Amino acid sequence: MAENDFIHPYIPNSVPEVRDEMLSAVGLESVYDVYSEIPERLRFKGTLDIPEAIPSEYALKRHVEQILGKNKNCKEYLNFLGAGCWQHYVPAVVDEIVNRSEFLTAYCGANYSDIGKYQARFEFNSLMAELLDIDAVSNPIYDWGDAAGRAIRMASRITGRNEVLVPKFTCPDRLGEIRQLCQLEEMSNAISVILVEHDPKTGLLNINDLENKLSGNTAAVYFETPSYLGLIEDQGEEITRIAHKSGALSIGGVDPISLGILCPPGSYGADLIVGDLQSLGVHMSAGGGQSGFIAFRDEEIYIAECPLEIYSIVDTVEEGEYAFAEVRSDRTSYGSRDKGKDWVGTASGLWTIASAVYLSLMGPKGMKEIGEVIIKNSKYTQNLLSSLPGASIKFSQPHFKEFLVDFSGTGKTVAQINAILLEKKIFGGKDISGEYPELGGSALFCVTEVHTKEDLNRLYLALKEIV
Amino acid sequence: MKNIKLKKYHAPKYDEPLIMEMGVKGQRGIMIPQVDKEIENTVGTLEDLIPAKAQRKKAPALPEIDQYHTLMHYLRLSQMTLGMETGIDIGEGTCTMKYSPKVNEELVRSPQMTDVHPLQPEKTLQGILEIAYDLRNYLKAISGMDEFSLQTGGGAHATYINACVTRKYFQDRGELGTRNEVITTQFTHPCNAATPSTAGFKVIILPHKNGYPDLDGLKSIVSERTAAIHMTNPEDTGLYNPLVAEFTKVVHDAGGLCFYDQANANGIMGVARAREAGFDACHFNLHKTFSSPHGCEGPAAGAYGCTEALAAYLPVPVVTRLSDAYHLDFDRPKSIGKVRSFFGNLPAVLRAYAWIRSMGPKGIKTAAEISILNNQYLEHLLSQIDGISYPYAEGKPRFEQIRYSMEKLKEETGFGSHEIQNRIVDFGIQSYWLSHHPYVVPEPFTPEPCETYSKEDIEYWATAIEQACKEARETPEVIESAPHNQAIHQIKDFSQAEDADRWAITWRAYKKKYKK
Amino acid sequence: MKTKIGLIVNPVAGMGGRVGLKGSDGKKIHKMALTLGAIPVSPERTCEALNVLSGIQNKIELFTYPGEMGQDEAILCGLSPIVIGSIRKGKTTPEDTKKAARDLEKAGVDLLVFTGGDGTARNVYDAVSERLTVIGIPGGVKIHSGVYAANPVKAARLVMDFVASPGKIALQTAEVMDIDEELVRHDKVSAKLYGYMKVPYERGLNQSSKAGSNPRDEVFQDEIASDVIHNMEPDIIYLVSAGTTTKAVMDKLKVESTLLGIDALKNKQLISANLNELEILELFAREPETPFKIIITAIGRQGFIFGRGNQQLSPSVIRRVGKENVILIATINKILSLNEEPFLVDTGDPELDKELEGYIRVTTGFGKQHIYKVSA
Repeated sequence: MAENDFIHPYIPNSVPEVRDEMLSAVGLESVYDVYSEIPERLRFKGTLDIPEAIPSEYALKRHVEQILGKNKNCKEYLNFLGAGCWQHYVPAVVDEIVNRSEFLTAYCGANYSDIGKYQARFEFNSLMAELLDIDAVSNPIYDWGDAAGRAIRMASRITGRNEVLVPKFTCPDRLGEIRQLCQLEEMSNAISVILVEHDPKTGLLNINDLENKLSGNTAAVYFETPSYLGLIEDQGEEITRIAHKSGALSIGGVDPISLGILCPPGSYGADLIVGDLQSLGVHMSAGGGQSGFIAFRDEEIYIAECPLEIYSIVDTVEEGEYAFAEVRSDRTSYGSRDKGKDWVGTASGLWTIASAVYLSLMGPKGMKEIGEVIIKNSKYTQNLLSSLPGASIKFSQPHFKEFLVDFSGTGKTVAQINAILLEKKIFGGKDISGEYPELGGSALFCVTEVHTKEDLNRLYLALKEIV
Repeated sequence: MKNIKLKKYHAPKYDEPLIMEMGVKGQRGIMIPQVDKEIENTVGTLEDLIPAKAQRKKAPALPEIDQYHTLMHYLRLSQMTLGMETGIDIGEGTCTMKYSPKVNEELVRSPQMTDVHPLQPEKTLQGILEIAYDLRNYLKAISGMDEFSLQTGGGAHATYINACVTRKYFQDRGELGTRNEVITTQFTHPCNAATPSTAGFKVIILPHKNGYPDLDGLKSIVSERTAAIHMTNPEDTGLYNPLVAEFTKVVHDAGGLCFYDQANANGIMGVARAREAGFDACHFNLHKTFSSPHGCEGPAAGAYGCTEALAAYLPVPVVTRLSDAYHLDFDRPKSIGKVRSFFGNLPAVLRAYAWIRSMGPKGIKTAAEISILNNQYLEHLLSQIDGISYPYAEGKPRFEQIRYSMEKLKEETGFGSHEIQNRIVDFGIQSYWLSHHPYVVPEPFTPEPCETYSKEDIEYWATAIEQACKEARETPEVIESAPHNQAIHQIKDFSQAEDADRWAITWRAYKKKYKK
Repeated sequence: MKTKIGLIVNPVAGMGGRVGLKGSDGKKIHKMALTLGAIPVSPERTCEALNVLSGIQNKIELFTYPGEMGQDEAILCGLSPIVIGSIRKGKTTPEDTKKAARDLEKAGVDLLVFTGGDGTARNVYDAVSERLTVIGIPGGVKIHSGVYAANPVKAARLVMDFVASPGKIALQTAEVMDIDEELVRHDKVSAKLYGYMKVPYERGLNQSSKAGSNPRDEVFQDEIASDVIHNMEPDIIYLVSAGTTTKAVMDKLKVESTLLGIDALKNKQLISANLNELEILELFAREPETPFKIIITAIGRQGFIFGRGNQQLSPSVIRRVGKENVILIATINKILSLNEEPFLVDTGDPELDKELEGYIRVTTGFGKQHIYKVSA
């Protein structure tokens, strides 16, 4: 079986003369001499059932653009969806940097040839540390839910215990990932996920229920601020204190864009902090911009139990010069791993660079201002929507950017409402009624700095017509 | 070797400070939309809106720096990163560092990708769902599997899906209590030991026999406790295991499932498939074989494929097609649930789709063939270098990559693959990757000259290695103190990053430990 | 600051090998070897190593003993040794080796290098116990002790790695074996575990003093110990054999263990210590209903799992416990150090050895096992 004569711009040696010259140099008639290692019956005969190549780059681009044109996007439509992926403005300089070929295509180049990447990552670690008020940050993993699950497993290994307490209204995606990582009950090292009730008035974690459910087997208490339902969890310090009293660790889940105005969990002693970087300078990309970070105290036990890569600044032989090297905690005396470490893999590294640039541009004032405009825009919208007949904002606790609107009193389901909003080119809030039926016919709205007063008024007026 | 002239390369060097040390108090990098006056007047102050205990008391110590200088700083850092497009990246084997076409970058930067929210109503996502669904079809064709999930955040993540699917499959059958062992091989990626372990299984690693996974070893340990095997073929050594179908048969006969980690698919696309080899599931790395860029270790995507028998267990949602509309199917009662939020890393899915459409079936096959040929050519050149060899299966061909050893060079000169790695970057090529842990092959390095690289690239790369080996013998001080032409000098003492009193993962930790 | 290296050459080691005699300690054998025309092998082997080391002589201070115990070799290879102690030329004995080791320890050497065989290793151990880091240059016949490098050049490379990063290079604990050379000469090998000394890693997970030291065995041993303890069942008696990896299990349970012997555990408590074969058989007799398990690890350079260092686990003992109740534990470093050679068994009963051949599960981590070959 001879090779095809198929020249392609992505394959320089596909030119038959070059290919033949190389075959001759290595003494082969054909690469199929190599493929003869594969037994005949395992060989795939025939042609792959894939469409023929689109012959020109122009035609390819046109073809794909035509398909993508069947999407609608959040520039064309007014968007109020959030729930883990949020619409924030991505500064031009951030896009400029993350689209740089070098950052886009770098991989595991060792300490010297990609020093720029390592420095950018160290800067990310450092800026996040300031935002979170904690001293160590690892390389990121897939998303917030995965980071939370990893942190919980770390806590289990550190404390030797097998239970975690999680707020009842945790984002279902995240809770699903946490449950996945905590293993099925049959497995010998499964971690029990116990849900903690909410306070019926504030919507926050119910401290009484937390205290009742804590035991000598609790490895960690996990809480989120803002919570899935947008509430500002102001009991973080108390939760941490109570957890510590029981010998459990405190894991805070955060949306980092809130931390210009909200108190970071590091400030009140949380042991591990997780969250998603997508709100810090990363496009939504239909969920492709998620990036879960894990941060913790700069203590040997955390570094030893963290499964992800951690880098430190180190000296070179030249005075005053920095480099970066992997922290190999398995070389320390603290390498005890009672339950085997979790896997690490290529995940979401580029977004650390996006966030580093974002935080550098924003600075302390920018982070404060963006928190302020978000919370105020959101409050304004809450006021408007709560004035709609039959609608109410769930829970009395102050919100950050997201809030739950209960439409049960309107006689219309969220699905019905959202369908009409869609006709008006508005993406309404996420329909929660299937996830948490006890919350009524509710929708989770997300308001950020991208919304103008006119946008918010438009939403209000559209809903006014519907309900 | 032919007379290839090595370049007088020097990496850009800006002596660039850390951003934490830059800027001037009061400078602004970007202005934020202001609160509308009417909103300002009606909602109250920040203190009104945030409960006292949750208010941030101390502003974060972030840089205060103007926009131009922020841009300049990060541009300089990007220039001090070789990446894959300016440095011949043959050295990073198993990573398949192939060209990520720029036209695909333009496509993922379109607002129809960047400004799409994953929870939008399905009828507004028909474009991206069509892309995902078509990609699924192409991957089905390449693998022979019946269904695919594109939900993962990476390749290792896909192996985790398999561990979770295996778990659920046996739980369904009431066998999870007994079937608690997953088998993998010495040369398969270590995530195939780690992900089943995280999923709660015990892991058993088969030894190799002259470089091939040991079939007798497998036979000695399969039992009613076997849940699955996770294996790669060809493995990182570059050896194709011709007995792969016996492996799957042995595991099936014992009642276990067979998973094919296809991180090393680049050399066999269109030539051999998971199905014929008897696998129940497989995965591909979209950011390796299918050209999505590596992005400083992510974002990444793994595509997990399986037979009809396992499809019910796939994570939700699965992209399906109903009449002529695309649909996100959440109605899958046997699903393992979620491994990642939403339904996948769609930009990577889009790039993979575009790459496949650009290549077509002939192009894909040619890519596989040329990656094999490129590797034979590199092997031909490297074999001429004294001190370099590769172990196992003498006389057997290697597929798309080889794990070489510099053990002989080390014995003769005291310098091995770590030291040579520091030097070759001085010739303007990206550093090579050594091996997964543990280093079964001593003094390892694993290049993979995939189809992106030209004959000249391969010759240059081999010449750089040859030169460094020569220096190891003739001018050892050059190797001893390498690198010489980089932005920074040699790291002084790696143990600084192994000692809790001296490591500093963040700048604030550094200041606490070092500055008085 | 220069690294202080101590060098001891056992001038008679290995002499017997070339003329078909095994071992060469003992005056009678030494004379016999010389009569048969044996040429001392140690000096040549030492020089192979020292020639490589001469490249870093400005970074080291070499301390050694007079004449054929190190001075001659050092000078021959162009080094300038600091000579201490005294000997009777041509009439050196194991006592001289011990004295040399003690004197070099007093002189404050950072690393002690010696050329010889198992006997030499025992002598050094008698003198300095585990207090010094050592590297053995193989100079004798077949060596069983794990303190020796694979060959003189590799020994020299280890010394250089040590000098490049003293105190940071990772050390492993390797076995010193007590081979009864009289028996060896009559084709009967009976090796006992004699002690342990600290040596730098030769092969392992990653290797380069520049790129940082190797992951410590203690880390893996601790993980393995966790797995063993996690899987311990109540009311079963575990016979724990000698070895550093098995010791890690005892340490984790906070139980006193016998360095070179067999201890018995039940419900994670020590019920009997340092048992010999007879005592084990008596224990079986006292506990006829109780199930037993054996926990062993690989001993020595060749990776013996039965027959070297744990002969108390005789064929009767092994048969009574049952092959399926043997728990073998070892670190991945240990497995790699075998260079793809199998684990070995030599129980004394060839039939039992044949039964034990094949594949065996080795616990190498928490919830992690390797499959490896066992050979008789």
